Amino acid sequence: MEMPIPNHDIVAKKDTLVLRLSAFLPSDAIIHDEAQTRAYECDGLSAYRCPPLLAVLPRSTEEVSSVLKLCHEMNVPVVPRGAGTSLAGGALPTADCVILGVARMNEVLEVDYDNRFIRVQTGRTNLSVTGAVEERDFFYAPDPSSQLACAIAGNIAMNSGGAHCLKYGVTTNNLMGVKMVLMDGEIVDIGGAHLDAGGLDLLGLVCGSEGQLGVVTEATLRILRKPEGARPVLIGYNSNEVAGQCVSDIIKAGVLPVAIEFMDRPCIRATEAFAKPGYPDCEALLIVEVEGSDEEIAEQLALIKEIAMKHDPVEFREARDADQAARIWLGRKSAFGAMGQINDYMCLDGTIPVSQLPFVLRRISELSKDYGLDVGNVFHAGDGNMHPLILYNANTPGDLEKCEAFGADILRLCVEVGGCLTGEHGVGIEKRDLMGDQYDPADLEAQMAVKDVFDPKWLLNAAKVFPLASSKARRWAAE
Amino acid sequence: MRPKTEAELTESIASADRPLWVRGGGTRGIFGDGDVVETGALDGVSLYEPGALTIVAQAGTPVRTITALLDAEGQRLAFEPMDHRGLLGTVGEPTIGGVVAGNVSGPRRIQVGACRDFLLGVRFVNGAGEIVKNGGRVMKNVTGYDLVKLMAGSFGTLGVLSEVSLKVLPKPERSAVVKVHGLSVSDAQKAMSIALTSPFDVSGAAHAPVGVDGQAVTMIRIEGFEASVAYRARQLVALFAEFADVTVDTETSAVWQSVRDVAPFHDRLGDVWRMSCKPSDSPALVAKTGGSDVVLDWGGGLIWALTDAGSDLRAKLGSFDGYATLVRAEPDTFATLGRFQPEARGVGALTSALRQKFDPRGILNTGLMG
Repeated sequence: MEMPIPNHDIVAKKDTLVLRLSAFLPSDAIIHDEAQTRAYECDGLSAYRCPPLLAVLPRSTEEVSSVLKLCHEMNVPVVPRGAGTSLAGGALPTADCVILGVARMNEVLEVDYDNRFIRVQTGRTNLSVTGAVEERDFFYAPDPSSQLACAIAGNIAMNSGGAHCLKYGVTTNNLMGVKMVLMDGEIVDIGGAHLDAGGLDLLGLVCGSEGQLGVVTEATLRILRKPEGARPVLIGYNSNEVAGQCVSDIIKAGVLPVAIEFMDRPCIRATEAFAKPGYPDCEALLIVEVEGSDEEIAEQLALIKEIAMKHDPVEFREARDADQAARIWLGRKSAFGAMGQINDYMCLDGTIPVSQLPFVLRRISELSKDYGLDVGNVFHAGDGNMHPLILYNANTPGDLEKCEAFGADILRLCVEVGGCLTGEHGVGIEKRDLMGDQYDPADLEAQMAVKDVFDPKWLLNAAKVFPLASSKARRWAAE
Repeated sequence: MRPKTEAELTESIASADRPLWVRGGGTRGIFGDGDVVETGALDGVSLYEPGALTIVAQAGTPVRTITALLDAEGQRLAFEPMDHRGLLGTVGEPTIGGVVAGNVSGPRRIQVGACRDFLLGVRFVNGAGEIVKNGGRVMKNVTGYDLVKLMAGSFGTLGVLSEVSLKVLPKPERSAVVKVHGLSVSDAQKAMSIALTSPFDVSGAAHAPVGVDGQAVTMIRIEGFEASVAYRARQLVALFAEFADVTVDTETSAVWQSVRDVAPFHDRLGDVWRMSCKPSDSPALVAKTGGSDVVLDWGGGLIWALTDAGSDLRAKLGSFDGYATLVRAEPDTFATLGRFQPEARGVGALTSALRQKFDPRGILNTGLMG
């Protein structure tokens, strides 16, 4: 993956930059020692690493504003960072950049149950947002699998999803307002404790803009009352086609489960070996979860069972108690770890129309043979968001490149069947050079014009999202 | 101009040498100066996959056509778009492009989201006459910037929509409305908050100080399978123990259509304002409007107010967490007060700069939205 050549004039200004930052940041908030900047050299896409010029860890919106204002004046690129869990390289530094980490800004600012929102600083982790409202049985719905570690800042940047977004939506559907600092240091407030802010939907535009439009320091998030209960069922099939048809029939029948998860045979076998959840050995496995009171759950599960049985499952397993429910989820939740036991893996994130599921799975298995790399599929079937996990060996020369080429073929396939490159992980550097497969030059131009408005010098996270060749003229203007 | 294809639309805009005024069905009462570009001939549903909950239609497709198609499969536009004709006294056929351009959503917005939350993809022609697409037809998509959201509610100021993809949802088997009678606005706000902070998945929470029988009525809607609706109705009634007069109806569509379309203000003189606010602020804001001529929706987060013609409600409200939009008034009132709440300086500057990028010649709906 190509990254722009660091600008040596900027690297040469490091001492001046540290000195000027020291004027308004305490010394423990400026990390410039080379041994320490290594902590910021990569995110969850750890195949790519580059220590930044330095990192800063401000504690307030005002400090973020001062940092950005200074970098803007000195033409220093800035890469914002939440918890550094991006799987797409969204927080990957360049050698001439300042990493602006919001991790120290993790306070809850306001909890308002009557109006159903929480206002937090964005360094707060996803799970601890729910943690702050659990005492009254409320929760924050988006639940990316990294929710223990990932920060709200990164969730907003990538418009993160999760297993339960079939019912509750992704970050953008649960975000009501932000306080954001623009690259020139200006602080703007968008939205608030009301719905659908008037004027252009800048909130919708900022969410998912991958840290390229501004640094979000505070967020107003919608919180919901927890349902009375939830229960999963496990359904095994001996064909991906039939499992796909079952998903479609459940959706058409008017049941709206909170989650429909899908695992294929390679993934089932790997998780069985790793976590021993007691899954049936079959071609395709569905986990369907519904919510409500006991009688509501029973009503929905009866309907799901009726539909599932029409397709002649290998197994239909209901959870009788919390322990059985946990076992049904255990394999799904350990799927990534299980694949990681076998080898290094790359996790893809394309979305496809649900109707194309069987065809795409068949093509992926053909491509797997062509490339000679194994692949397991585990994904959110209800909304077509796939997560093929391609296994490779990082120590075998050429294996990573082969894996990336395979991954790119799968993502192009997703686009060909009417889907997209990324459903919830973001473009980052990982899918940057495939953007031309989904979008025409005019489509990309319209998006880059938005960045021109928010960050005219293209200093914020600039080498991401857009193919380097497309953004080159703009990034050069910054230098 | 009434282009029949996206190519003709592109040509109309590219060759324009005067300001243009974009119009779908012309039912939302948004008029201004410019050569009218009407999207009504861009008509047709190009894809509908009930099993994938997805529909793709040209922007000028009548909402009625889409509703009928969905109805046949037991599905619907869950965000419940308002029909403005009764309130505004307009005629014509509402289009799906108009719904999207205005981000028009109804009572169910508090449960499932707004129009913008159901919009999966758009194709539009910007002010320079270039075709731009964004998003797609799948439910989860974070590929590049979300111009889909930006186009929803942009009222034709950034481009003219040619095609939209929407997520649809199954219609529930049953629906019920729990009604609490005779509450003041502040008690009604409290009742709605009790319902919305319960685990019973409320899909509508509205209040009319003057209901059809002349008495105040607070309405809570629940939808789903039969046993579940009955169960949740019982639970809500139990939660409302502190209120004296509580009833449950199973015939609900007329009630919610009336809330959605603000029926109490049809055929009544005066200006109509629409305020989005923090729900618990609604009693104080209603007091500032100076009367009982209001309808509350979204648990109090949306206030419709009928006021004397030409009066400046924004001045009476002062600053609050939200905004006030003037929806119905005489042309000179619109000219004086402006349709949309003026934006804060920083946000206003970003908005203007975005318009300049998408419409460099400043020819699309000039004068609308600041």
